[in-house]
Amino acid sequence: MYTLDMATIHAPGNGQAALRIGSGAGFADDRIEPAVELVESGDIQYLVFECLAERSVALAELDRRRDPQRGYNPWLADRMTAVLPGCAQRGIRIITNMGAANPRAAGAVVTEVARARQLHGLRVAVVTGDDVLDRVLDRPDLPLLEGGGSVGSLGDSIVSAHAYLGCEGITDALGQGADVVITGRIADPSLYIAPLVHEFGWDTGDWNLMAKGACVGHLLECGAQVTGGYFADPGYKDVPGLADLGFPMAEVQRDGTFTISKVEGSGGMVTGDTCTEQLLYEVHDPSAYTSADVVADFSTVRFAEIGQDTVLVRGARGQRRPDNLKVSVGYRDGFTGEGQISYAGPNALARAELAREVLRERLEKRGIASDSTRYELIGVDSVTRGLSTGESGAMNEVRVRVVGRTESIDQARGIAHEVSAMWLNGPAGGGGVACSVTERIAIASVLLPRSEVTATVTISEV
Amino acid sequence: MLLQEMAHARSGDKGDISDISVIAYNAMNYPLMLELVTAERVQQHFAGFVVGDVRRYELPQLHALKFVLDGALDGGVTRSLNLDIHGKCLSSLLLGMELGDVREPSGFREFE
Repeated sequence: MYTLDMATIHAPGNGQAALRIGSGAGFADDRIEPAVELVESGDIQYLVFECLAERSVALAELDRRRDPQRGYNPWLADRMTAVLPGCAQRGIRIITNMGAANPRAAGAVVTEVARARQLHGLRVAVVTGDDVLDRVLDRPDLPLLEGGGSVGSLGDSIVSAHAYLGCEGITDALGQGADVVITGRIADPSLYIAPLVHEFGWDTGDWNLMAKGACVGHLLECGAQVTGGYFADPGYKDVPGLADLGFPMAEVQRDGTFTISKVEGSGGMVTGDTCTEQLLYEVHDPSAYTSADVVADFSTVRFAEIGQDTVLVRGARGQRRPDNLKVSVGYRDGFTGEGQISYAGPNALARAELAREVLRERLEKRGIASDSTRYELIGVDSVTRGLSTGESGAMNEVRVRVVGRTESIDQARGIAHEVSAMWLNGPAGGGGVACSVTERIAIASVLLPRSEVTATVTISEV
Repeated sequence: MLLQEMAHARSGDKGDISDISVIAYNAMNYPLMLELVTAERVQQHFAGFVVGDVRRYELPQLHALKFVLDGALDGGVTRSLNLDIHGKCLSSLLLGMELGDVREPSGFREFE
């Protein structure tokens, strides 16, 4: 169904040097071995690690406040130890947002790893400027994008504010000869647009080219989600070699045409279907995918399977980038108390239901439960949020889950405590109790004019 | 017939909004999917936990539909008490949509 249209295809490698970019991570806790595989066998020139979800920087900021030497991705040293020698040997440049809330400390970690491996002369760049907490706190009238209210209405609960930077900081760093570029918050596609702008000299005001770069970035930024990860559905969508899933790479031509593929012999697959799932992932209006560098139109993108695990991508178009940058504001939002306990064997469902009712009664009597407290049975109605969608019948095992939001940490502990007490005070045969109490960090979004946010590059040489 | 027999799906989240891509295995079934899997039917399918509007975008060249569900995540990752805070399972739940007695064009599940 994704057929090759010979008349309109520009074959890769038709004279102009193409750029090969690998995706080393698609989220904070991604696997490390596939990144090493790309370094060793991918023939890539750039390796990009995208590791920040919506809330990651706010959580990292709390880490940094507890210890000024932390606040970056906890896998940074492991990843760098695994890939840095191979990258240095082959001249592969690394770009990553693993700096999270503390890019400077992350840069120091990279320098330390490089020094220990005697990679003398390696240039490590740190991009800062995304931390705009002072500017946001100075403007209590700034409206929140969702749910009404303003910065001022969050009071003193705000812990962080980070702008989604565009590609400029990274392109500056690459222009200064950086081998490794560490950033904090940056628009995800921009991590991939930057090397294309640097290598091909793309005009950052050429919206069609920038949209093609954003398309490269969007297809690669979630790692294995385009090579058969998060795809397998046995009997419907079978994926070969899932245990040895390879990470993706793009070969991009100067005109923005590109292919997505993976290392030959690695597990997984790259097809029109895997690319379609990833192209549309977390995109709302496909004709207006907005990020810091461009408003991209993916509605006209086409895929062609031109070889084994090789998909040609064409057709992204773009419009002018937004005048304002999106800023994620992290704020403290009360606490969550949660507890779970399992019941098994004959009559498991009846005992789990009894446990659920007992917990409801106890928490209501203690005045801890609120309207939003959930009493769910995992395996019956938890994912469906209390709506039972089918006949549960004779369940061989059922897990009770109670979770509630509270104003105070003591109330949250109360929820966990009551579930834990089911060991001795609930129905027969409960087991596998797990409880947690967490402070909630929520995210609101505001906009800041681009002119108020400046990326700064600091380079150090090993 | 369940939608699962005709299409695959993936969901994502941004704030309190869930987005679900539904992709026909076989391009030939795209018109049928277009007719049967409307925004209204998706809203009905998730009645009880999607409180906002459902919008549909059409991508004929990819034989895919994109559904954007407002207010679908009980406040989203940072606020909801849901076990599946991202709404990742919504894609599979949507594939459980009953399409009724469908007279298929032919070639169901014969994707390559």
